[in-house]
Amino acid sequence: MSDTGLPAAIEALRRVREDPHRLGHRAHGAEAPVEGAGHGATGPANKRIVVGYGFWIFLLSDIVMFSCFFAAFAVQRDATAGGPGPRDIVELPRVALETGALLLSSYTCGLSFAATNARNKLWTQIFLLITGLLGLAFVGLELQEFISLASRGITPQRSGFLTSFFGLVGLHGLHVTVAGMWLATMMAQVQLKGFRREIIHRLICFNLFWHALDIVWIGIFTIVYLMGSGA
Amino acid sequence: MSELEYDPRLYTGALNHREDHAPGDEPEESAGHWVRNSNLGLGFSIVLTAASFWAVGSHLIYGPAIPVALIVLAIAQMGVHLVFFLHVTTGPDNTNNVLALAFGVLVVFLIVAGSIWIMNHLTHNMMPVEQLMQMQPF
Repeated sequence: MSDTGLPAAIEALRRVREDPHRLGHRAHGAEAPVEGAGHGATGPANKRIVVGYGFWIFLLSDIVMFSCFFAAFAVQRDATAGGPGPRDIVELPRVALETGALLLSSYTCGLSFAATNARNKLWTQIFLLITGLLGLAFVGLELQEFISLASRGITPQRSGFLTSFFGLVGLHGLHVTVAGMWLATMMAQVQLKGFRREIIHRLICFNLFWHALDIVWIGIFTIVYLMGSGA
Repeated sequence: MSELEYDPRLYTGALNHREDHAPGDEPEESAGHWVRNSNLGLGFSIVLTAASFWAVGSHLIYGPAIPVALIVLAIAQMGVHLVFFLHVTTGPDNTNNVLALAFGVLVVFLIVAGSIWIMNHLTHNMMPVEQLMQMQPF
């Protein structure tokens, strides 16, 4: 920062006037730049920041892909071709159970990261295990739903509406399944390798992924199921 | 010499309060802070989810307004998730995260609203299916 010898108050005034929202500065004013903070003065940011931010960008692109499936569903919603419509395939009690399982799993996932920050291996593993079991329950409920629909002859090839329905809900279910495999891998890595730096980076990314899946599910249970059952 | 040996701070992975951080990550290391955030997020989410399921079943809300209420509740719950589970804030250390999120939301909006808009116009202007069938050379 500047070393003009101005009184601190005037220096602070100048800073506020030049950059009222502190976009280019730290919250704590004129101090030596932090190494690895990625503000230009000291080279690239820490690996932990770069990894987390890169995964955030991937998640946003994943959500853009989901938005394409949402758009297809919105467009194909009335294209039932004389077959079953949204009202015929929605079972609200099952959707409520699925929503509860996924929300609780998001919660236990957050708790597992709290335990990770406290470097407590036992509780990290316990909460990750609960998260995984809740995710498994979610996938099981969804499979059961698909099987019961298929047994009534309601399959993706029946109409444009059903194609978009199975595409959107199935894509989310596939994501949860893959995330469950990732979770099992992470549990093994935490057990065998401990809280090494790169393991913590992976746990951060896994947490982000799991929470993002819950955010997508909010869109699905609102737009596909609740709005399908009512309107 | 490996990276770990000359910088123990990197080894612990602890973040400095004055550097940027990615979503889902904060300099705060105390478990209580994370647990409190999770509890708040779960509490708000349960209230909003229950409100959504209630709105569908109840007859207290004017029928055509129910989808609007559902969408408002869903957006509110996504906000709760972003703040309490993903730890996205408005602080200066979060500028990059928020900007990326804003761009993502813009793209999602363009894809969804644009598709609905264009396809509705297409359906509207298309010849009725019966006439279309008659024009096919059999």
